[in-house]
Amino acid sequence: MLALQILIDGFAISALYALGATGFTLIFGVSGVLNLSHGAIMVAAAVAAWAAASVLHLDIYSGALFGVGVALIMAFATYFAVVKPIQNSRRIPNEEKEIFVLTGTLLWGIMIQELIAYFFTNNAKTVLPIVEGVVDIFGNRTPRNNIFTALVCCLVIGLLWLLVNRTRTGKAVLAASMNPRGVTLLGLELTQIYIVVWGIYGILAGIAGVLLGMFLGVSSYSVGPLTASAFSIVVLGGLGSVSGSLIAAFVVGYLETITAYMISPAYRTIPALLLLVFVMYIRPQGLLGRR
Amino acid sequence: MANFFTSRLFFISLVCVVVAATLPLYVSGYILGLLTVAFYFGVFAMAWDLLFGFAGEVNFGPTFLIGTGAYTAGILNNQYGWSVYVCILLGALASVVAGFVLALPALRVRGPYFGLTTLVAVLMLQNFVVVFADLTGGEIGLTIPDVITINAGANYWIALGFMTVSAAILYGLSQSPVGLVLQASGQDPVQAGALGFNIVKHKLAAFIVSAFFSGLSGALLVFYFGTASVGTVVDVAVGVNVIVSAVLGGRRTVLGAALGAIFLIVAGEFLRPTGELATFIVSAVALLVVLFFPGGFLGAALSREARS
Repeated sequence: MLALQILIDGFAISALYALGATGFTLIFGVSGVLNLSHGAIMVAAAVAAWAAASVLHLDIYSGALFGVGVALIMAFATYFAVVKPIQNSRRIPNEEKEIFVLTGTLLWGIMIQELIAYFFTNNAKTVLPIVEGVVDIFGNRTPRNNIFTALVCCLVIGLLWLLVNRTRTGKAVLAASMNPRGVTLLGLELTQIYIVVWGIYGILAGIAGVLLGMFLGVSSYSVGPLTASAFSIVVLGGLGSVSGSLIAAFVVGYLETITAYMISPAYRTIPALLLLVFVMYIRPQGLLGRR
Repeated sequence: MANFFTSRLFFISLVCVVVAATLPLYVSGYILGLLTVAFYFGVFAMAWDLLFGFAGEVNFGPTFLIGTGAYTAGILNNQYGWSVYVCILLGALASVVAGFVLALPALRVRGPYFGLTTLVAVLMLQNFVVVFADLTGGEIGLTIPDVITINAGANYWIALGFMTVSAAILYGLSQSPVGLVLQASGQDPVQAGALGFNIVKHKLAAFIVSAFFSGLSGALLVFYFGTASVGTVVDVAVGVNVIVSAVLGGRRTVLGAALGAIFLIVAGEFLRPTGELATFIVSAVALLVVLFFPGGFLGAALSREARS
């Protein structure tokens, strides 16, 4: 029974991790940017959905949509206000742009976090779930919301796969992640591809954030841990590899759930960290990394 | 080195230190306490700059080294009651060992992968502190029975003296041939290796020096506060402050890092009336500096001097 419970509970959290990490890894794959404001954007989406319901009195669906919209705006703001100026700067040497993007997005994330804390306090906020109640799966009482979360995550990731592999825009994005120079030689504007990718990222982070708000609840304190977990999942799977991140998300999600059930919730994150260090030593490029 | 002693930077630094040394004669204990913390923080930032600015290693976990030194010193004093100076020395040595352990993956992985390894090291240390609460005091913090002194002026002079000596050693190292080799291996490891320099040895040395000063400063800070807690010496947020200080003051300048740290601590205190917005304002200013003056305070000043 415990095994089944772990299987069900772990699936929802893993699917959520996968959704959060996919956008993060997509941006890295295409433009080489590690966006350390990731957690802040997810929390902003969840808090916006919460505020839409409790302050603006919108219904649940409009609230969720509002949250995703806020994440989309935040993603574009991150790109145009922080990432693009650093990438185009002539005063920053090329080999140091990476650390500047890291520092810049980190500061940007702290700014978003502090603004959320200032306007909406540090208290944890739970977004009203779209589906309520519990169902019985072979004797395990499971909240319907868990199943809903897992389904939405799988659906969105499936749509992303279709977008990347079956549409013209998606193929351009894929090509840019393989060889940026080749794409420009084919007459495609690299900046436009970046904008598309940041748009996709914003929607993914927004959906993940709103679902997280329904599933576990968020507060401005979740910003750091969320960024760190996305970062470690993406590195574990191999930077830039979407399928690697999906596998890594499930590995980390289940490892955490098993630890929480079998040992103690207090040690929840430790085995995943140990695994990460182990993989770093054995296979520094991650599970499915290209380098 | 010889022309450094006649340069403008040397005189400005000398004047700054002399003026700073006379401060206890006419400012309140409150300002002294603030600057004492800022000086220890300055050493954290300078030690970090040696690793990043020169060896080119993005260390997201400066607090792994700081925290190891601080907690080792604190626990030894708390559990065995050893003398303060022995504890501080052993704390610094523990930090050197930690730096050695952290440096091992650095010789294998690069860039973001190394950054993550150092970040994970901090998270592990944080988990360790919380899990072994009997030994470390857990989330409440570790109480330390002894202090160096309770005189605010004496504490201030110790911190200032320590920062000045550390700055002299770290700056001297960065300008020495060893510093040049480090800089070369940070920018192009293949070519530096082809010129016959042992990159692994140099980077390991940089790690050990950085760890020694971080640990020493962490241990001194703990004996100044009289307590060690995750929030003051281990938390990722503390590490972020160290990194922001170094970038703000000007990376690859060493002295600028200390300047950035003092600015960050003092600005945070001045903005206290704005309440929760203080961190927001400091981060926004730091972001603007990163975007528009990527060289930082000292970087901008030095390049202007070089041009004229």
